[in-house]
Amino acid sequence: MSGAEAGLAASVFLACTVEAVEALTIVLAVGATRSWSSAMSGVGAAALALAAIVAALGPALTSLPIDVLRVLVGGLLMIFGLQWLRKAILRAAGVKAKHDELQIFDEEAKAARAARGRRAGLDGYAFTVAFKGVLLEGLEVAFIVLTFGANQHHVALAAAAAGLAVLLVVAAGAAARAPLARVPENTMKFAVGVMLTSFGTFWGTEGAGAGWPGGDAALLAIIPVVLVAAIAMAWMLGQSMGAEPTEDVALSAAVGSDPGMSG
Amino acid sequence: MMRLAAFCEGVWEFVVGDDWRTAVGVVFALALTALLADAAIAAWWVMPPAVVGLLALSIRRAARDNSRRGASRRNAESAAGRF
Repeated sequence: MSGAEAGLAASVFLACTVEAVEALTIVLAVGATRSWSSAMSGVGAAALALAAIVAALGPALTSLPIDVLRVLVGGLLMIFGLQWLRKAILRAAGVKAKHDELQIFDEEAKAARAARGRRAGLDGYAFTVAFKGVLLEGLEVAFIVLTFGANQHHVALAAAAAGLAVLLVVAAGAAARAPLARVPENTMKFAVGVMLTSFGTFWGTEGAGAGWPGGDAALLAIIPVVLVAAIAMAWMLGQSMGAEPTEDVALSAAVGSDPGMSG
Repeated sequence: MMRLAAFCEGVWEFVVGDDWRTAVGVVFALALTALLADAAIAAWWVMPPAVVGLLALSIRRAARDNSRRGASRRNAESAAGRF
């Protein structure tokens, strides 16, 4: 496996883990309070819809000329990656509220209990909420799988990394029987943002017709530059806000530990 | 028609998100890279500072918006406390 392929698989795995954790919270809430069979039907329908999107758009993207594909994918990855990175930095600096899976679980469960129309057979509320939750969280992953996979001509590898992440999250959720509140979502989102932005910068520049000094090895310089710049921004913003950004991102990067914040 | 508009709005929200200026900046930087490359001038150096700069500006805008919202909330709270 080449470095770019490893980067692809790692980025998709991390992104999919984060989104799967968020989707799991929603499914657990409606499953536990309404109907497991209806919630799981919603999950299955959303998974089929996502697979259909990837299967339909994957070949269309890979048939584009390589330069067009690279500039398109590079541009989209940069825009998408900068969004992830921006939100992760704002959360790390305390400007934006962190994702609290336990709080989200409580809110979803409360709304599910209050909703009407519970009866035998398919529970429309549980089905719809689970379907929407999985589809919306999964769309971001499908987008990353498609763009990364198509550009490297490895949609199957990207899809396998996404599938592995979903399996691990579902297994962990089934074992814990609770939302995975200890997964360090914001740190993972930060890492995904860095990877998407870096790969987008690399491919976008190549697609626009410019060559990198050192070829693929330039990625080994681009990723640290984006990472250090993002950590510095989180630290400076945290200082100016009077918060402690280090708790989530900077410290974990520096000492190799993660305090388990959610993203 | 309404559904098409809602779909387009959803796609825009999904891809561009809540800071369209960053997306415009990325397109500009890619266009500049293409122009320089087309003129046979080394252009690999354009994107890295552009990306870092766009991220810094986006965060600065978000922090400023946040402090404005905080200030207006504090004003509203102090006004409510006065009456």
